[in-house]
Amino acid sequence: MDPTTTCLITLRDAIADRKASATDVLDAYLARIDRHNTALNAYRELIIDQAKQRAAAVDAGEVTGRLAGVPIAIKDCMCHTQGTTACSSRILEHYRSPFTATVVTKLEAEGAVVLGKTNMDEFAMGSSTENSAFGTSKNPWDTSRVPGGSSGGSSAAMAADLAAATLGSDTGGSIRQPASITGTVGFKPTYGRNSRWGLVAFASSLDQIGTFTRTLADTALLSQIMFGKDPRDSTSAAIDVPQDLHDIDADLGQGPLRIGIAKQYLDESANHPAVTKAFNEALDIYKKLGAQIVEVDLPHTEYGIPCYYIVATAEASSNLARYDGVHYGHRTTEPTPEGENAIQHLMSQSRAEGFGNEVKRRIMLGTYALSSGYYDAYYNRALKVRRLIAGDFETAFQHCDTILCPTTTGPAFKIGEKADDPLAMYMNDIYTVTANLAGIPAVSVPGGFAEEDGRQLPIGMQFIGKAFDEKRLLRIARLYERETNFGQQRPTMDPFAEQRYWSPPNGL
Amino acid sequence: MSNPTISEDAVRHAAKLSRLSLTDDEVNLYTEQLASILGYIGKLEELDVEGVRPMPHALDQVNVLRSDRENQGMANQSALANAPDADPPYFKVPKVLGDGGGA
Repeated sequence: MDPTTTCLITLRDAIADRKASATDVLDAYLARIDRHNTALNAYRELIIDQAKQRAAAVDAGEVTGRLAGVPIAIKDCMCHTQGTTACSSRILEHYRSPFTATVVTKLEAEGAVVLGKTNMDEFAMGSSTENSAFGTSKNPWDTSRVPGGSSGGSSAAMAADLAAATLGSDTGGSIRQPASITGTVGFKPTYGRNSRWGLVAFASSLDQIGTFTRTLADTALLSQIMFGKDPRDSTSAAIDVPQDLHDIDADLGQGPLRIGIAKQYLDESANHPAVTKAFNEALDIYKKLGAQIVEVDLPHTEYGIPCYYIVATAEASSNLARYDGVHYGHRTTEPTPEGENAIQHLMSQSRAEGFGNEVKRRIMLGTYALSSGYYDAYYNRALKVRRLIAGDFETAFQHCDTILCPTTTGPAFKIGEKADDPLAMYMNDIYTVTANLAGIPAVSVPGGFAEEDGRQLPIGMQFIGKAFDEKRLLRIARLYERETNFGQQRPTMDPFAEQRYWSPPNGL
Repeated sequence: MSNPTISEDAVRHAAKLSRLSLTDDEVNLYTEQLASILGYIGKLEELDVEGVRPMPHALDQVNVLRSDRENQGMANQSALANAPDADPPYFKVPKVLGDGGGA
């Protein structure tokens, strides 16, 4: 067994049973990162010293827990006291957080070893990582294509087995879209399930932390550990977390299984033929399992993207006001004129130098939508449309347990293909954004492959669930994973990819 | 909102409110791009939202309070650790008042 290609739970058990040392496992991952990260640019920064200390502590029995010795990676928008938390932006390039994000602290308390920070679109604004100030991450299935975004470093790292699991954040699809096009499991829980404390804010009413894993069982275990009310995040939900959330293969219970399908996700002119085919095959699997297929209507789906780009940018324009060149982050070295305009000049110049184009565009759009004379026409109207979108789901879930749909319309696109057209880029989130607006959970599961340019590229199936019922959502999705197992297929990244030079100790 | 175009002046004003220095080229670029995005967002006008309650947040909870106890705040040294310029225990900014004072 190679520790870098097994699932998280198997690896955890091997370390717990002393069949592998945490240090050997860490070394195997570091060697693999060393070999592949230059081509993939998945990690922005490694925190090797701490990782080695933590692994040694696990081997010495000083650190124990349900994730003891398991190497994970976190997105660059999650604070950690080790290394820098840059949000893949020049403005935070040298920022060292005085604290660690709650969800990361919870994983570390169970013995997880954080390898480093993964690359992302600057401030999580984008669908390809092309907006990172530190270069674009590459899709391990085809390095001329994007790994999705904004959590593209996390999806690339997971797809290439550069960590046993990775964390992402999802504001409009930033976990599910990259998971879909890298062949990994990507999960955005209900808004409020995971504490946002220590997550650099983009759009506070939409942001939610979640996971990339190889399997749904790994997703469920990490969720079991991460979920819960945090006194430091007043928007985290005081709703009990089921103790058997991690038990992914347990019985569904609760009567007949009803799978909802909505025509709004099934436009054959929008979806790649392979996506349509994969969806129909998924539906057949559930029919064979005896599920009822229920047609539901989500009439406001097409308003999701325009609604999102008002709500998200309005919140971002406020959240990103904190980067002022005074308290932390980049400050211009340009001479500042003295006098009453000094501070305004310092801030405007520092922000102009520190933020990239997409971030500036969104700050201005949000500022405009909130400004006097436009507030009702844009922001308030968008909030009303948001209510209509949430209402669509409430009605639908009276008739079904989960809505099955594609995560994305097709496989990964080429680097540069959409970089100059903001609107085309925004359309990537067409099937994912409504779950954020409604605040409900959704998971993308590997759904097979689409052929492009003679290459097999992953596509994903999405399962959207009821608020705070992640347990049933993941168990329903698991039925599909069990029948298909697409997530076990790996990209061939280079001629040496199969020649792992880690030799397993004790015949593991 | 029925006319989705945005003027250069409006972009300059949004940039000023956003505290972003823009070059003339950037103003041109953003004027074009924001007009295109706002044109698309104009789609929201198709819907009748009369009487719909705005939804600013996914959860309905309001006024989350904690007990009124003293907590350990962040140490001054930590708060200043990332400051571009500091004169402990203060953040340092360029001089904003003239020598005459009395702003």
